[in-house]
Amino acid sequence: MIGRVLLAAILAGIAAGLVTGVIQHVRVTPLILAAEQYEGMQAAPHDHADAPAAGDTASVATDASAAAPAAAGHDHSKMTGDAAASAGHEHDANAWMPQEGFERTFYSILTRTLSAVGFALMLAGLSYLAQIPITRGNGLIWGVCGFIAVSLAPAIGLPPVLPGVPEADITMRQLWWGGTILCTGLAIWLVVRQSQWQRYLIAAAFAIAPHVFGAPHIPPGNSPLPAALASEFATISLGLSLVMWLLIGLFLAFTLNPSKENAA
Amino acid sequence: MTTAVQSRTLSISQRIAIGMSALFLGSFIVFGTGLAQDARLHNAAHDTRHATGFPCH
Repeated sequence: MIGRVLLAAILAGIAAGLVTGVIQHVRVTPLILAAEQYEGMQAAPHDHADAPAAGDTASVATDASAAAPAAAGHDHSKMTGDAAASAGHEHDANAWMPQEGFERTFYSILTRTLSAVGFALMLAGLSYLAQIPITRGNGLIWGVCGFIAVSLAPAIGLPPVLPGVPEADITMRQLWWGGTILCTGLAIWLVVRQSQWQRYLIAAAFAIAPHVFGAPHIPPGNSPLPAALASEFATISLGLSLVMWLLIGLFLAFTLNPSKENAA
Repeated sequence: MTTAVQSRTLSISQRIAIGMSALFLGSFIVFGTGLAQDARLHNAAHDTRHATGFPCH
């Protein structure tokens, strides 16, 4: 029985993740590659005439390569045709990283699929623990709840950001991110599973608490990235997360209930 | 209804065993793809971490 549930969740996650991964490659990755041209650059001074324009990719690429000594000479142009600078992250520069082009695309789709599998397993697990089965009637609602708890609520404090945007300490952000998911999930559980009217007050307190506490977020005022690029990225990322969660809920509804007559 | 079948045929201990194993396996995978700070895992999952909204470097 455990094996069947795990298999059902893994299959649902793979299906949702592959679709999401392909959309991510087409709609999100080009924005990340465009942003990497600005990585390692200082924020542009107030002279907007000198600020890199989105269409001015050739000079941007040169500037970025000069500004970021860690930039390797990978050929981004295979993927987008307009990017040439590599990421100069603060991580160990000698560590393995996927080659630009096919390998990077492969690993991005693979990891997106794996994270969807992880989310699908967690959602299925929680449905058994909370005694609220995921059915063909409520699969999409489960997906929406997953989106609210894991994607939307954390994004209020820590919006999805492109590479190169100044950010607070990674461990603090991860702790706040995880804590916000727990609090929001608990709030949803209270509203759905409890019956006293006070549950709304307690749920609201849990949902709001992480935001009152405050996310470890640095206002992005000093970023060299064009605001339009950042806002487009945040919007598409959140939209894509919604698609992923809806697909996870929808596919789980079918893989966990293969026949309408005998769901177990 | 599918709703009834699932809860009727499982004991509480079965349900907890299923729920905990799925939750732990899922958490492990999500941690590996989204949160682990190992440089190789980070590099492989870099674009996905940004696109999913995981806190990333």
